[in-house]
Amino acid sequence: MTPRKKRLLFVVAGLAAVALAAAFVLNAFRSNLVFFFSPSDVAQGKAPEGNAFRLGGMVEKGSVTRESDGLTVHFVVTDFARSIPVTFKGILPDLFKEGQGVVAQGRLGSDGTFMASEVLAKHDEKYMPPEVADALKRAGKPVPGGTSM
Amino acid sequence: MIPEIGHLALIIALCLALLQGVIPIWGAARGNAVWTAAARPLALGQFTFVALAFSCLVRSFVTDDFSVLYVANHANTALPLQYKVAGVWGGHEGSLLLWVFMLGLWTVAVAAFSRHLPDEMVARVIGVMGLIAVGFLSFMLFTSNPFERLLPAAMEGADLNPLLQDPGLVVHPPMLYMGYVGFSVAYAFSLAALMSGRLDATWARWSRPWTTAAWGVLTLGIALGSWWSYYELGWGGWWFWDPVENASFMPWLVGTALIHSLAVTEKRGGFKNWTVLLAIFAFSLSLLGTFLVRSGVLTSVHAFATDPERGVFILGFLAVVVGSSLALYAWRAPKVGLGGKFDLSSRESLLLTNNVLLVAAAGSVLLGTLYPLLLDALGLGKISVGPPYFNSVFVPLMVPLVFLIGIGPFARWKKTSFAELARRLKWALGAGVVAAVVLPLVLGRWTPLIALGILMAAWVAVTVGQNLLTRVRATPGGFGAVPNHYLGMELAHLGVAVVIVGVTLVTGLEQEKDVRMDVGDTATVGGYTFRFDGVTQVPGPNYESRMGTLTVFKGDQALRRLHPEKRIYRVQTMPMTEAAITSNLVRDLYVSLGEPVGAGAWSVRIYYKPFVSWIWSGAAIMALGGFLTLTDQRYRLLLGRRFRARARRGEAAGEAAR
Repeated sequence: MTPRKKRLLFVVAGLAAVALAAAFVLNAFRSNLVFFFSPSDVAQGKAPEGNAFRLGGMVEKGSVTRESDGLTVHFVVTDFARSIPVTFKGILPDLFKEGQGVVAQGRLGSDGTFMASEVLAKHDEKYMPPEVADALKRAGKPVPGGTSM
Repeated sequence: MIPEIGHLALIIALCLALLQGVIPIWGAARGNAVWTAAARPLALGQFTFVALAFSCLVRSFVTDDFSVLYVANHANTALPLQYKVAGVWGGHEGSLLLWVFMLGLWTVAVAAFSRHLPDEMVARVIGVMGLIAVGFLSFMLFTSNPFERLLPAAMEGADLNPLLQDPGLVVHPPMLYMGYVGFSVAYAFSLAALMSGRLDATWARWSRPWTTAAWGVLTLGIALGSWWSYYELGWGGWWFWDPVENASFMPWLVGTALIHSLAVTEKRGGFKNWTVLLAIFAFSLSLLGTFLVRSGVLTSVHAFATDPERGVFILGFLAVVVGSSLALYAWRAPKVGLGGKFDLSSRESLLLTNNVLLVAAAGSVLLGTLYPLLLDALGLGKISVGPPYFNSVFVPLMVPLVFLIGIGPFARWKKTSFAELARRLKWALGAGVVAAVVLPLVLGRWTPLIALGILMAAWVAVTVGQNLLTRVRATPGGFGAVPNHYLGMELAHLGVAVVIVGVTLVTGLEQEKDVRMDVGDTATVGGYTFRFDGVTQVPGPNYESRMGTLTVFKGDQALRRLHPEKRIYRVQTMPMTEAAITSNLVRDLYVSLGEPVGAGAWSVRIYYKPFVSWIWSGAAIMALGGFLTLTDQRYRLLLGRRFRARARRGEAAGEAAR
């Protein structure tokens, strides 16, 4: 093979590899991006039915109840404009508390209850996840607890 | 008084860093020997004052000086001593001081261990490191002063975040920063080469050990972080593709590509421009990581909740560093020249593929980490990119890379025969396939992914053994005469196999159960039976603990008692889970308390994690391999020659004087 043909082969192979990598990445993105919605967004129907997404807001005071199996817990996530009931089976993170911010990942059930597969931990009492703060601001409500953002 | 001394020391350090950054580089460019020689003393001086500032901060913590705002925010009189010291780097301002301290350490090390290098090279390297120090010191002094006063002083401190009150905090950040910052040496060497227009054997020979040292330390730092989050966070996970984890992983990936690229540059004089570019990227990624953690744009367990003003400063600094080094590269790279030619079928070609795969992996991690930030900045919505994305992109890139580990050492430089490689390696492949088919069945579960992981690990292990055997047989003098740089390489590659075994088996075979347990209840996980024996209240030095007791049985035999805790720290009143873990060589049993669910019953999480400790042991083996290459003969020989030459000169002078 002449040097020129070799070089051409290199370039073609390189481009093919890049195209393959790009296809990989885009495919991975498409099936693995998780969008964030506030309770108001969900109530307005912006959240997808059946796909996983993240719901964030404040845990409504007095809304946490536990079933007798000790693991299933029900609570309500609100942005003080709209509220969404959530069900989660498992151990909640340490910093989960009524009146605090929370982000849950899961799917919206047909009955309008959010079936959470994960409830995300924050790392200190005063910290408010930026998405939740943003959602509260959009709903026109004050952001409790203070945030340095 | 002490905080003011610390503050003043930082200011003096900044001035010295400015001199250190400008004078030696100017001197090297102008051929001025006096200015060039000023590099080492200036570096030492700057480090002395940074060390002084650091010890002032440590002293403020240890003496509970709550008139210093940073101390008041991160400490408490009841905090145990080791966490008072570690608390120095528990927050944003102090961690920056740690960063600069590490930079000073590396600079002094370069100054000390470079007597055999040409003076202008050393001057440029130290100069560049001085300029980096200028950036961080000014960042600290202008936006994040750790010595800022709180007047009137607080009566009591706000205590260190309970998640950080752990031995992990004492080791993980210093080790990680040492690694991160260590890539600044490779970066400085590259810029020095660009400035002088010369990238020769000397440069490659001496760039390599510094880069390998930083890489080894970073490997340990990342492994420590993974291990720490495993036992500390109570969730049994060891890697979350958290943006801050990615921030340390990306420099590591590029750093791995760099040490392999340096091998080609040293041996064959090839890949020169590429090596320089990689060094620039590795350090840029380190800086990017620093930015990500401190800017406030991230939701993460790790993120220092800090403000955008600081984020803007670092972003500006990052732009200056990356922009100017790439500009220098564009301007001077043609002077550096190309290297030796090589065949499509050769070791160079395999190492090139290695580099491409590693850089592609780093790029995909970067994309996944930055994409949410980008979309958010453009107002296109808030998304998160989680483990599914990273795993689906990272793993396919790593599989061919691991196969290359087996082939590379057998390939010859410049030209090798693929047919011969295939002939030599077919036994290793066979052994790998057999292991992949048999081992998962023996361990209880066969899936394609587990089989693939075992195949990869067995492939590496067998080829390492085979390669080592071939080398020992071909070396007169046997095993003892095989050079350390070679043994280090094989050891590091073996470490990769160990990590793969750990990752594959724990992901494929782990079992988890969340159960509600009354006193006396049992649960079975992974072949072990766990009996809940109740929870008692136990006070700690600065917390109240509810300590649970679980007895572990294998069959009828009681093995041990585990004591998971739920702690409430008195000052921050934050509940924290302390998991109880028992490990042996082949498995971890991991128990953590959930919450009380009435009538003395608790929700309990139990994990059976087979081979998880192999992940961190493997990483330690990798780092050990890296460090082993540093003890190679050729470095000692060259250093020794210089010392002997000086001694002889000293003798001759003594003779002449007599």
